[in-house]
Amino acid sequence: MKTTPSASSLMSRENLYFLVLAALLLLVFPVLLDAFRLNLVGKYLTYAFVAVGLVLCWGKGGILSLGQGVFFGLGGYCMAMFLKLEASSPEATASQSTPGIPDFMDWNQVTELPWFWQPFHSFSFTLIAVVMVPVILAFIIGVAMFKRRVGGVYFAIITQAIAAILTILIIGQQGFTGGANGITDLRTLMGWDIRGNEAKTVLYFVTSGLLLACVLLARHVLGSKLGRILVAMRDQEDRVRFSGYDVASFKVFVFCLAAALSGIGGALFTLQVGFMSPSFVGIVPSIEMVIFCAVGGRHSLLGAVYGALLVNAAKTGFSESFPELWLYAMGALFIAVVLAFPNGIAGLYQRYLMPLEKKILGGLGKAANTPPTAAARRMEETP
Amino acid sequence: MFADYSMPELMSIFAMQGFAGLSLFSIFVLMALGLAIIFGQMGVINMAHGEFMILGAYTTYLTAGLFETVMPGLYGIYFFVAMFLAFIASALLGMLVEWLMIRHLYHRPLDTLLATWGLSLILQQAYRSIFGAREVGVSLPDWMMGSIAVTDLVEIPINGLIVMMLTLVIATLVYLLMFRSGWGRQVRAVVQNRPMAEAVGIDTGKVDRITFALGCGIAGVAGAAFTMIGSTGPTSGQLYIVDTFLVVVFGGAQSLLGTIASAFTISQAQSTMEFFLSGSMAKVLTLLVVVGILMLRPQGLFALKVRR
Repeated sequence: MKTTPSASSLMSRENLYFLVLAALLLLVFPVLLDAFRLNLVGKYLTYAFVAVGLVLCWGKGGILSLGQGVFFGLGGYCMAMFLKLEASSPEATASQSTPGIPDFMDWNQVTELPWFWQPFHSFSFTLIAVVMVPVILAFIIGVAMFKRRVGGVYFAIITQAIAAILTILIIGQQGFTGGANGITDLRTLMGWDIRGNEAKTVLYFVTSGLLLACVLLARHVLGSKLGRILVAMRDQEDRVRFSGYDVASFKVFVFCLAAALSGIGGALFTLQVGFMSPSFVGIVPSIEMVIFCAVGGRHSLLGAVYGALLVNAAKTGFSESFPELWLYAMGALFIAVVLAFPNGIAGLYQRYLMPLEKKILGGLGKAANTPPTAAARRMEETP
Repeated sequence: MFADYSMPELMSIFAMQGFAGLSLFSIFVLMALGLAIIFGQMGVINMAHGEFMILGAYTTYLTAGLFETVMPGLYGIYFFVAMFLAFIASALLGMLVEWLMIRHLYHRPLDTLLATWGLSLILQQAYRSIFGAREVGVSLPDWMMGSIAVTDLVEIPINGLIVMMLTLVIATLVYLLMFRSGWGRQVRAVVQNRPMAEAVGIDTGKVDRITFALGCGIAGVAGAAFTMIGSTGPTSGQLYIVDTFLVVVFGGAQSLLGTIASAFTISQAQSTMEFFLSGSMAKVLTLLVVVGILMLRPQGLFALKVRR
């Protein structure tokens, strides 16, 4: 199929790609783009968290979840609840019939802050909740499904149903969740105004930094023995089970990890956009998140980041200039990515640009050349 | 929540909501029958199934318009013509889609999901460009309007009754086709063992195409029925796709009887609860219960006992 680079030169190449991405996010974009565009890129990057999570659980683990929007939304809502409570101090909401509660509760004749809103007065609790609420839900779903060996298509359909349930619930319980409008009008984080350009630039760098850290974490997980078991499980689940591994626990772990990443992405999304609504939770956004990952390349962590950036940039571009063409383009993208290039951008890159790059960088790699191990070769050739 | 009503009132509420739920039941059954054939028999996840249904609905709308302008005298029977045309239109589109797209993806079920989702986006936008973003409706012929009063409190709408009868007829036809005809035997043979089916001379490619087209055609009929109880918009189909998948999975993917039973359970539960709770909470509760049961019993209500 293709020549296999040695394990060590692969490592250095991976590091190089990572540095390129880091430079792009931390240097090139901030220098080239104005504050508005930079904020947009920051918004796209929050989706990249979800896409990275999907590479772990779908690309490597073989678990397609159509409910990542649920975890993204839960993370986002946790953050939004904290910000909303801060924005509705008794002084700021003195004109309401019940001062001190969020405005939409007042409009819906809710007179007391519901119990599940109470802990969100605390910032440290919120930070924990952003990760833990999605993880706990993912854990419950994962244990219930994987322990009974439900997987593949059934899992996809049930996660999709959960996305539908959560959306209907949020829209239906308007008094507690803000309904279809979501939680809007968020102003400050611990007294720091998040609406100005300066704050948005800072948040962009926070997002980029956290994303790079998450990519490193994901790489570490994949590089460990656990990562290999994941790939083995995807390809030959029964064989792994017969070798004595508890397949379900590995699946639960990777699903929870993906959920945690999505939750972080959601919280950063809320901070940068200034609101959270059910339109980022339901079935349609959840499937779009899968396509970010598929376009970037479902096996490539960095590819997923580029996929999220490119698809979102294309979406913004299209809907600015030809709104009616956007759905056609998106639909065609779905079909093309499945039929023509199932490994996405990363696959195309490996196929067409890698040989070229090898010619240029050939001298560099030769120095550290050692014969590839069988395991490394197998990792490389996974479809 | 029951305490505010007297016993006979409660009985008539259940009866009324039960009959109201029957329309939903019919849509679910027709959608789910098509999906059960495509998903249960072929393993293809057709996320564009709702759009095939809407194609049927738009075909019905066009036929109704045609009858109204060209031969108003025959308006009373337009529905049966429309139903037939809806079946043909959706089945033809299904055949085309199978030939262009699905047949390359039979060994990758999760990828059919993404590709057909893409197809559904394209179809939605196409409907929006052709028919406009506004919802359209058809007017029912006179004999389908009104309702039969069974008791003082219970009334049954006639159109719901007709849709119900139609559903039963189609479900029976599908059953006969799948389990009593030579063609159905071929389909089941291909599902159980593709290489063996090929070896005994079945053209599996053709069987696949016709099976997919049949599933889509039934969705088209569902669309024709849909026009009788709601108005049609470009995204109406998407609202039903998750429910329908749950119906199929809940019933046990390969069992037609299970599909009908689960469609009945889900639609009745939803319709009955709607009277006592708000519509959205009724739906949330129904879906939660279904997902909960599926977590306990992943194979669905009626699992076929097949040796694998």
